[in-house]
Amino acid sequence: MSLFKIFSIAGSGMAAQSQRLNTVASNLANVDSAAGPDSKVYSARQVVFQSAAVDASDSRASGGNGARALGVRVAAVTTSSAPPRRVHDPRHPMADKEGYVSLPNVSVVDEMVNMIAASRAYQNNVEVMNTAKTMLAKTLTLGS
Amino acid sequence: MIDKLSEHLRFNSEALRLRSTRQQLLASNVVNAETPRYQAQDFDFARALNEATARPVSNSNPGRHLAPALYERVSYQPSLDGNSVDLDAERAHFADNALRYEAALRILNMQLKTLLSAIQG
Repeated sequence: MSLFKIFSIAGSGMAAQSQRLNTVASNLANVDSAAGPDSKVYSARQVVFQSAAVDASDSRASGGNGARALGVRVAAVTTSSAPPRRVHDPRHPMADKEGYVSLPNVSVVDEMVNMIAASRAYQNNVEVMNTAKTMLAKTLTLGS
Repeated sequence: MIDKLSEHLRFNSEALRLRSTRQQLLASNVVNAETPRYQAQDFDFARALNEATARPVSNSNPGRHLAPALYERVSYQPSLDGNSVDLDAERAHFADNALRYEAALRILNMQLKTLLSAIQG
C-alpha cells in the first residue's frame, strides 16, 4: 500500500528540515562567539540534502521503472570556508596584537532566510502527512 | 461467480491503487523540493489505468501489478542546482490527486452497497 509509505517519505522530510533548522539555530547562536588570537573561530554550517529510498526493499528494486518511494536525507553537514569577520576592538579580551577580534562568518540575513525556508518546507511535509492520514482514514470506512 | 464480482469491482480498485501510487510519487516530489539535482516524477494516470484494466487478471499471481511508466516533469522555472520541482504545481497535483482518490473510494463504496442490497434483498 503506497499510502503508508507517504508517512515515511514525509517523516524523512521533516527530520531533514528539522536538522536544517538545527544548523540555523547553531549558526545564529554563535554569531558573536569571538575567538582568541590563534584559536579557531566558529564557521557557519550548512546541510546538504540528498534524495534517498525510504526502505531497503525499495533501494534493491531501484533497477526497475517502478514508482520508488524517495524520501530525503541529510547527506553531509558542510562548514563554510569564508574568512571570519574581523572587527577592530582593542579593548576586547580576545583581541590580537593589532586590536582585531575574529568573529564567525555567519551571515544573519542568510540564516534568517534559511530559517523561514526550512519552516515552510516543514509545514509542507506536515500537510502532506495530514492528507495521507485523511485518505487512509477514509479508506478504512470502505464498505461500511 | 466470485470472479464476476471481483471483475465488477476491478476498475475502481485499480484506480484506487494507481491513485495511491501517484500520491506517494507526488509526496516524494514535495519532500525533495530542495534536494539538488532531484527531478520531479509523475506518470500518466489515464494511460496507466488503461494498461492495468486491459490486462486479463492472472490467476497464478493475482497480487502482481504492472508498474506505471514514469516520466520526468518539465520544469517551467528550473533552479540552478538542477532541481526541477515546482512546489506550487506539486501541491496542486497532490490536492487534486487526493480528491480523485476520494471520488474513486466513494464510487467503489457505492458499488459495494449496490451489491450488498442485491444480496440482502
